[in-house]
Amino acid sequence: MGIPITGQIINMCAALLLLIAFAMLSQRRILSLINLFSLQGLILAISTSVVAYSSQQQHLYYSAALTLLLKAIVLPMILHRLIRKLNIKWDVETMFNIPTIMLVGLALVVFAFNLAAPISQMAATITRSTLGIAMASVLLSFLMMITRSKAVPQVVGFLAMENGLFFAATSATYGMPMVVELGIALDVLVGMFILGIFFFQIRTAFDSLDLKHMEKLKEE
Amino acid sequence: MEIFWVLVIPFFGGLIMALFGRQHYAPEINSVVSLCTFVAAAALTVRVISDGSFTAWNEQFFVDALNVFLVALTAFVGFTTSLFSRPYMLIEQHHGKLTANMLRLYYSMYQLFSFTMLLALLTNNMGILWVAMEAATLTTVLLVSLYRTPSSLEAAWKYFILCGVGIAQALFGTILLYFAAEKLLGAGGTALLWTHLNGVKTQLEPTVLSLAFVFLLVGYGTKVGLAPLHNWLPDAHAEGPTPVSAVLSGLLLNVALYAVVRSKVLVDGALGSHLAGNLMMGFGLLSVVMAAFFLSRQKDVKRMFAYSSIEHMGLMTFAFGMGGPVATFAGLLHMTVHSLTKSAIFFAVGHAAQKSGTQLMEHIRGLIKTSPTVGWGLALGTLAILGMPPFGVFTSEFLILTTAMHSYPWTMPLLLTALGVAFAAIFGRMQLMVFGDTTNKRLPHPPALIPVFVHLLLVLMLGLYIPPYLADWYRQAAALIG
Amino acid sequence: MSASAIFLQLLQNVLVLLAAPLLLGWINQCRAWLQNRNGAGMLQPYRNLLKLFHKDAVLAHNASQLFRTTPYILFACMWLAAALVPVLATDLPLSPAVDVIALVGIFALARVFISLAAMDIGTAFGSLGARREMLVGFLAEPALLMVLFTASTISQSTSLITIVETLAHKQFVLYPSMTFAAVAFVMVLLAENARVPVDNPSTHLELTMIHEAMVLEYSARHLALVEWASALKLLAYMAIGIALFIPYGIAEAGNWNALPAAIALLTFKLLLAGAGLAFIETISAKMRIFRVPEFMGTAFLLAVLGLLTHFLLET
Repeated sequence: MGIPITGQIINMCAALLLLIAFAMLSQRRILSLINLFSLQGLILAISTSVVAYSSQQQHLYYSAALTLLLKAIVLPMILHRLIRKLNIKWDVETMFNIPTIMLVGLALVVFAFNLAAPISQMAATITRSTLGIAMASVLLSFLMMITRSKAVPQVVGFLAMENGLFFAATSATYGMPMVVELGIALDVLVGMFILGIFFFQIRTAFDSLDLKHMEKLKEE
Repeated sequence: MEIFWVLVIPFFGGLIMALFGRQHYAPEINSVVSLCTFVAAAALTVRVISDGSFTAWNEQFFVDALNVFLVALTAFVGFTTSLFSRPYMLIEQHHGKLTANMLRLYYSMYQLFSFTMLLALLTNNMGILWVAMEAATLTTVLLVSLYRTPSSLEAAWKYFILCGVGIAQALFGTILLYFAAEKLLGAGGTALLWTHLNGVKTQLEPTVLSLAFVFLLVGYGTKVGLAPLHNWLPDAHAEGPTPVSAVLSGLLLNVALYAVVRSKVLVDGALGSHLAGNLMMGFGLLSVVMAAFFLSRQKDVKRMFAYSSIEHMGLMTFAFGMGGPVATFAGLLHMTVHSLTKSAIFFAVGHAAQKSGTQLMEHIRGLIKTSPTVGWGLALGTLAILGMPPFGVFTSEFLILTTAMHSYPWTMPLLLTALGVAFAAIFGRMQLMVFGDTTNKRLPHPPALIPVFVHLLLVLMLGLYIPPYLADWYRQAAALIG
Repeated sequence: MSASAIFLQLLQNVLVLLAAPLLLGWINQCRAWLQNRNGAGMLQPYRNLLKLFHKDAVLAHNASQLFRTTPYILFACMWLAAALVPVLATDLPLSPAVDVIALVGIFALARVFISLAAMDIGTAFGSLGARREMLVGFLAEPALLMVLFTASTISQSTSLITIVETLAHKQFVLYPSMTFAAVAFVMVLLAENARVPVDNPSTHLELTMIHEAMVLEYSARHLALVEWASALKLLAYMAIGIALFIPYGIAEAGNWNALPAAIALLTFKLLLAGAGLAFIETISAKMRIFRVPEFMGTAFLLAVLGLLTHFLLET
């Protein structure tokens, strides 16, 4: 095995991220979902700083710190506050057919690995093989958004997707330029605030955060 | 320097409106800010006409023939919409649909929305382009849900989630683009700058770029409203306040299409094949056909015109997909006239719906009697958007169709059927709404509809005579896109 | 085959036989502590076995020869399995005879016999237990095989000894795929050994029991053997887990000096694994029997993912 130890740690982090993506896919409880999301942010920050260390890219340390602050601390905190205020802390979602969802997820993983294979061969980074995992976690978060019918889990899926994209950026290219990353982080943060306001509006209007009530607008 | 003003004015305008949006003079300030933006944009345009394209601020911003005409258009429609929204929103407030706080949110977000669109147009950085597009989504989500009714919340939620997911795909595309560029331009600052990318586009890795373009097209295409990712568009248009529908249709869709076109230029250079164009033609054609058939089933007037927007965006995407000087020229022209016409229609529709108290077409009747200006505005706008000569839409559609007939004759049956169906659907309904019988009395005060007629006049002018510098401009931009 | 290797094999045979009930006692004790009870002490399983061996066996009048021989077969299978896994040293003379697939086969053999024996008497509970056991088994076996295949592809061999040598004695490498395999393996372990959340070894609630339903008809020495076999099975599984996921410290071939350290380390690992198992059992609630397929499906899926990750990240 010619992979240096830092590369191994990054691969390990990638595997953990994939594991978390599956755990999120099958997690019914909102509280655990948010904790998983926070864990995902933490692992992302760790892997980014390891990448920074091994590639000597200064700006990656900043983006690791940003990730840690935003995705492992601030966003989960906002979410925790939200579910406490909305009084849905112990909500459990009824989901059917988890095995089917998992199987679809598995198919997505195979698809993502295949799609990423030619690209990662071209990459020069030590992290290139994790690109497939990054794509897989993006697709899995996407699947999670499709299968959820409640607002908060959908949003967690959305944020998890953003995490996957961030991971893809670090693994394929050692991260985007700092300006862009700051912009993305700002967007995510603002988006979270807007969604927070939104949850309250939805609950006032529908008395529930179940999106099944929101199926009035469609073509007949 | 002009770039600085074009961006700073709406940004600080947004902050000012957040502070003073509750005051009774807020609508006037809003219009003044938009006017200042427009003046700055005009100054920028003048400078580009005299000096040609240039970059600014460490190459972070970039103006050329393609984006400057969109900047001018955006600032102009932004200004006229702010004129329209002044009386419109006040009436809504009198009807008790809006509170002062909601209005403050509206004005503030309106300015910030202008800012994000202008930023998206002016930035040279493909990453910042993405950030600005996402920010545009965020600002408009709150505008769509302004009324806080269940259906508007549903529309806004759908808008947020669909566009959020879509734009995430675009981010992945951008990452892939950066990945390909990084090898040629080195990591860090310059590898996402469009001007640099354009310089090395023939050396970019074709496999990566084609994959990147698929993601970019799907991502930004969601915001353009291309089928089958268009679901958010009719809802957001129908449930949001009418000025928001006008800027969504007239401006945001253009900016999203602009992002697609910018990406296409790079991909074409890298691939040397027509893959990007074919993809765009496919999506465009699908949107045109799909929208035409959904058009005939609409009951809500704003929904119907939202589908018409999908149809026209599809047509533009199709035109850019075909490529070549004529089709691209026509696409750019169509972008301009569609923006102007569609926003004018939404202005008229807004007043009509406000007077009838409903957006359902079966309850809007005899506008020509109750309010002649609104009636004529709607009638002329509809004729213009349907591509009747002598309006500008006719010119651009004619150019697109003749090019298509020449290069891709098999698309003709599809396009002509779709346009015919759309014509029949919209025209029939418009006739009833404008000339139908009504028991309503004539309204005492005619609404201020100057923006509608200014827009229509411009469209008419573009149909009869395209000023040489404008034609030159389109030609330059078309040469750029290829 | 050297004399020392034979000695080592004998040592392991005796050791696993004696340690299995102790491990069970340790787990029960840990559970008691975690649940704020005093517990019966770690030696309780020995006392139980002793008591059962002293009793007279009662057999149903229609019990066949199969019913009577099954406890011995069961015991033999599990003893063999536990003795084959190289947890102390890698030069076990018997181990090359059996690779990981055959190991799964030994478990399957035991499962077939216990299920047949459970149906032999013809009581409702026996058949019910047998059916459920088969349900769990047919879902757990592929997952277990996938876990073992992941390890096999890493070491390019299905022999347990080679796997352990690759993982423990070559240069230290982190295997992301083994993370997935580890999670899947723990799930399989819980299901195969009738632990919470799949089954509860300490109740006889007819609606939920699986393993206990099958052995209801056994008594005295037969029951003792069955229970001892269960303890051995648990030990064997833990030994596989240790060999696959934390093999560090297993003595290399012919290295006698490392043996005492290896024994101490193994004891420590087993204590830790037992405590972990007790912890899992305490924090989770038993799931409905119809959720078991979902649980096992997840395990299988994770194992497959592990394999996929191996091909993506480690080649």
